[in-house]
Amino acid sequence: MNKRRPYVRPMTGWWRKNPFFIEYMIHEGTALFVAAYALVLLAGLVCLAQGEAAWNGWLGALRHPLAILFHLVTLAMLSYHSWTWFKIMPKTMPPVVLGGRRLPAAAITGGGLAAVALASIAALGLVWGMTR
Amino acid sequence: MADKTITVEVLRYRPEQDPAPEFQRYQVPFSDDMSVLQALLYIKDELDETLSFRWSCRMAICGSCGMMINGDPKLSCKTFLRDIHPATVRVEALNHFPIERDLVVVMDDFIDKLERIQPYIIPAEPRSLDQGAYLQTPAQLDKYEQFSSCINCLLCYAACPQYGLNPTFIGPGALALLHRYNADSRDGASAQRMELVAAEEGVFNCTAVGYCSEVCPKHVDPANAVNQNKTTAAADYFARFLKPKGSGK
Ligand code: SF4
Ligand code: FES
Repeated sequence: MNKRRPYVRPMTGWWRKNPFFIEYMIHEGTALFVAAYALVLLAGLVCLAQGEAAWNGWLGALRHPLAILFHLVTLAMLSYHSWTWFKIMPKTMPPVVLGGRRLPAAAITGGGLAAVALASIAALGLVWGMTR
Repeated sequence: MADKTITVEVLRYRPEQDPAPEFQRYQVPFSDDMSVLQALLYIKDELDETLSFRWSCRMAICGSCGMMINGDPKLSCKTFLRDIHPATVRVEALNHFPIERDLVVVMDDFIDKLERIQPYIIPAEPRSLDQGAYLQTPAQLDKYEQFSSCINCLLCYAACPQYGLNPTFIGPGALALLHRYNADSRDGASAQRMELVAAEEGVFNCTAVGYCSEVCPKHVDPANAVNQNKTTAAADYFARFLKPKGSGK
């Protein structure tokens, strides 16, 4: 008789068992906020195409306290998403060789985050300048 | 010698008597230079000779002593009791593999995958001895060297939830080795291996969790090999549409 009886362990709740996986799931979850915000902007674009009244309606809706709360929450989620996204970025790309040396992972993550910060400041400055 | 004791909990599974794995506790006297593997050897020699586990080199080279230690995949010969004490050491067989007995897993699946990636240099043209040695520049060596450090310890598989959920996935370690040969300037079989990279069981199972690279004891960074090949596979796919019809390959 064959005494072998390999035991296969179940995968249920796998992502709760390790802090690394919890962070991964939160990262994936925050992507929903990225999508939600893209929809908000898309709605704005549709309203703009529909004419002035629709556009003003969209702008008005954004001033609602709930909309402002949504923006704050989305900002937090997007910041977390960018931070974890750039943290994993060095693992997802071919090595960058500069002057015969490999760019360290921290430089790639740092460069990405700096680009986000610069783009955000530029966009903020642009909107600020347009609305004043 | 031993001046302290530590509690070691081992997930036991004896297929002839245990319906399912269960933890068993042991008290192990230890000194600061003792690894988790040495604690298991102590248990086997002094407390319970029925305990089964794999090991060989005791110096993080052979890759046979991988197990879950307090929830993380680790080499037990490279994990020290002093870093865990006074907490309990909890050891289990490597996640995502069937348990054969106690801490021994069934690794047939990985061996089969290792064969499928053709982990050896296949020259583009046959080469005779009088042509001399292959020459390689440091830059060419740098392209694959890190991926050649893999010791087949399977920690990355135990760290990969996608492999746990879908064991047909070729997985981090074998894909890192596949990349090691594809990135070698002496090799000419990339096209064959790329079929496996782009296949159903290939790189696109990876969702960039990245834990495999975190746990790798040899800094192979298997996640990097897998993700570089996503780009390569996608480029290959689109390049097909650019090639004139009937140009082959
Ligand atoms: S890539 Fe690293 S973790 Fe995976 S099998 Fe090789 S040495 Fe072990
Ligand atoms: S015993 Fe060889 S790697 Fe641990």
